[in-house]
Amino acid sequence: MANTKNASPKANKQTKVKTKWTSRQKSECVWGWAFILPTMIGLIVLNIIPIFQTIYQSFFKTGDFGRGNIFIGIENYKTILSDPEVWQALVNTFKYAVVEVPFSIAIALVLAVLLNRKMHGRAAYRTIFFLPMVAAPAAVAMVWRWLYNSEFGLLNNIFGTKINWISNPSIAVFSVAVIGVWSILGYNMVLFLAGLQDIPKDYYEASSIDGASGIYQFFHITIPLLSPTIFFVSVTRIIGGLQVFDLIFMVMDRNNPALYKTESLVYLFYQYSFVNNNKGLGSAIVVFLLVIIMIITVIQMRAQKLVYYN
Amino acid sequence: MESMTRRQQMTSVLIHVILILVSITMLVPFIWMILTAFKTITESTSVDPFVIFPSQWQTENFVTVINNMNFPMLYFNTLALILGRVVCAVLTATLAGYAFARLEFPGKNLMFSLVMFQMMVPGQIFIIPQYLMVSSMGVLDTIFALIFPGLVTAFGTFLLRQSYMSLPKDLEEAARLDGCNIGQTFLFIMAPLARSGMVALGIFTAVFAYKDLMWPLICNRNVMPLSAALAKMQGQYSNNYPQLMAASLLACIPMIVLYLIFQKQFIEGIATSGGKL
Repeated sequence: MANTKNASPKANKQTKVKTKWTSRQKSECVWGWAFILPTMIGLIVLNIIPIFQTIYQSFFKTGDFGRGNIFIGIENYKTILSDPEVWQALVNTFKYAVVEVPFSIAIALVLAVLLNRKMHGRAAYRTIFFLPMVAAPAAVAMVWRWLYNSEFGLLNNIFGTKINWISNPSIAVFSVAVIGVWSILGYNMVLFLAGLQDIPKDYYEASSIDGASGIYQFFHITIPLLSPTIFFVSVTRIIGGLQVFDLIFMVMDRNNPALYKTESLVYLFYQYSFVNNNKGLGSAIVVFLLVIIMIITVIQMRAQKLVYYN
Repeated sequence: MESMTRRQQMTSVLIHVILILVSITMLVPFIWMILTAFKTITESTSVDPFVIFPSQWQTENFVTVINNMNFPMLYFNTLALILGRVVCAVLTATLAGYAFARLEFPGKNLMFSLVMFQMMVPGQIFIIPQYLMVSSMGVLDTIFALIFPGLVTAFGTFLLRQSYMSLPKDLEEAARLDGCNIGQTFLFIMAPLARSGMVALGIFTAVFAYKDLMWPLICNRNVMPLSAALAKMQGQYSNNYPQLMAASLLACIPMIVLYLIFQKQFIEGIATSGGKL
């Protein structure tokens, strides 16, 4: 039945295709280009050309208002690579990512597993955990700054501590990373919940009959079968973490003594390009960031094969 | 129905305890924002005794910030920014996504590789040239400048291509055999079927336009959306936390209310489209 139903239009189509092939191909070409044209023009003007402009700009010393740019070769790169502030920013960025990424993933994974069952309040928990995703980062940063306030803040007053959460240079970057974990937790969790739907329930039932505990199942069924999702989330979070800006910009005052130990690469990019108005140097920093992210992307592509085929 | 054993009951209670503790941690910043917004400065900076609940829930802070920051204007700018980016993104990506998913034409692979390339590079690399473009067009400090980087979307094109690829081919073939041209097939058959993808992209775009901070800070000094205005306000009144919290609350409430009404669409729109990258 199914066969005959499929066969007749197909045969029909083939006879038509032979005669109308070129006209159909032609119309697909015209419509295809018409459909992608707005996107492609925008993409080329707004994104593709700017990539090369930024790279080009990074070889120039910025004059007044873009006029009088002077070609200085790799001087900007020499400047940033010999600037301890840039290396410190790179270290800060990695420190931020090293806290934000593993913690936000590990906690989100546990929450996803706990929520991946029929239970009361499941939707409510999910709604609450995801809430920071729809809050403006500027507002989030401000309220955390207030919570962290060393004199009047909730944290120090509730716990009876006297910690300078965001002005002590040795811990400030981690305090900011905690805000990052809090902000992104629900997002990661929802991605894991989606991944968990794809693991067949039979695996759990079979191992339960064999007497496996929940924790055993977590490490021997959930983690291995969820590894593609875990890998994907890790990579996107690492790349996102390396681009941290909003939180640092909002939480750290210009005269905060810990600023030097918390400013990220993108924060420096913003400062150089739009506060000090040195767009050449700013461009060099963002190209530096591009190179780092490209290296991570290549490592990711290599590693992907291991994750999916093991 | 199998009855729960004692052990299972204990596990269930333990799980709820963990989830409730995490929920409290997630909610405390919001609760503290609300409590502080209703306090006086004296109350908010009182340490001995430390004041948790305001003795009098007073709305003065809200009145002050609404007047000083011109909140109606900020809401309008933010709405214009969001609507502009959502309309542009959904329109252009719906068209391009369909072409990349279902049509064959020369240059398609090259063009699609440009789309993928854009998604791989860090977004900051576009910002200086985009700023110079807006500046040389003389439209700095306008709504258009706010929308500008979001006129097209590589990510949305990719996302909607995925949506169209998951649709069955039969309908489209039938429409074409009935004499619809490609434009009609797209408009009447395929685009309506990709609605859920468009909604997801729309929500995704809206939330990230709302959260965008760096671009509005760079391109506009006066025509500000909520995010940039909050940043500017923090620089000016850095010690008046009750007012800062009142402004933050006013900035967050519209999006949070929308989120609570359309939770399912929000979570699917943001997270699952992020997951399809």
